[in-house]
Amino acid sequence: MSRQGARLDAKKVNSELFTLTYGTLVSQLLKDYENVDEVNKQLERMGYNIGIRLIEDFLARTGSGRCYDFKDTAEKIQAGFRIFLGVSPTISNWGPGGDEFSLIFESNPLTEFVELPDHCLNLKYCNILAGVLRGACEMVQMEVTSWFVQDQLKGDNVTELRVKFIKRLEDAIPAGED
Amino acid sequence: MTVHNFYMFDRYGQLLFYAEWNRLRQSGITREEEAKLMYGMLFSIKSFVSRISPLDNTSGSREGFHCYRTSKYALHYMETPTGLKLVLNTDNVAVNVHELLKQIYSQVYVEYVVKNPLCNLSEPIKSDLFEAQLDAVVKQSHVFTSKPT
Repeated sequence: MSRQGARLDAKKVNSELFTLTYGTLVSQLLKDYENVDEVNKQLERMGYNIGIRLIEDFLARTGSGRCYDFKDTAEKIQAGFRIFLGVSPTISNWGPGGDEFSLIFESNPLTEFVELPDHCLNLKYCNILAGVLRGACEMVQMEVTSWFVQDQLKGDNVTELRVKFIKRLEDAIPAGED
Repeated sequence: MTVHNFYMFDRYGQLLFYAEWNRLRQSGITREEEAKLMYGMLFSIKSFVSRISPLDNTSGSREGFHCYRTSKYALHYMETPTGLKLVLNTDNVAVNVHELLKQIYSQVYVEYVVKNPLCNLSEPIKSDLFEAQLDAVVKQSHVFTSKPT
């Protein structure tokens, strides 16, 4: 997702390079923090910082406007995964209020070549994605939270990321108005 | 056709960048005051437009306002869903200025500010590269062809 990424758009960067770079990042964090919960938190934070920038790239590429409802949001998030990770998660399990849904990943480029060692069972390996979603949505005035309910790395069939809408953030009023 | 000047505001109304090409008259106030005045007006126009509109286009206030025109110049306005605001003043025969605004957003701002980790997104843009690219994109545009008469 560097500047070259945009210039080389036709021949995209090999996803293995990305997978391995992410793997290096996670293992470095595990060394630095020696505490799985702290690593989860750091990954989420890094994702947040990525998300607040990534949203601009997404909007510039797709030219999409504001979302009409949360279903629209879900589809745009799905499109985002297609653009940036080359995967199409399925949207399912809508909550009764329509403010919650799941993204189901059959495959996940982040977790290729990955097995979790026993002492890392609490590690949310892909937690960076939760941060990216939170950061990106916050920039378009939406507070969301997301968490993993199923994870292929923990023996589940699919990876399931649950996304929940919390509230709309209000527009800032310029100083001196009202 | 010509381009007079350009303002970019973040979603909190802070002036991120200002550039000018053929500006024949200065406002006589400091850049900060001018930016505040400009942002205040844009904010008022936006809420005016969304309130007074006889049509119910639900995605409403943000897409509502595109440009205004006086006898001498036209102000073109674009806002992204993230609240970034781009303003370009041109003479009032310029066409397709919105294409140019989109181009500035996707080919200059996103490429040289968003993808530059050294550029803090909440501070005025100081990147020379950004400035040079903006200048190039505007000057190459068909909107920018001749000096004002």
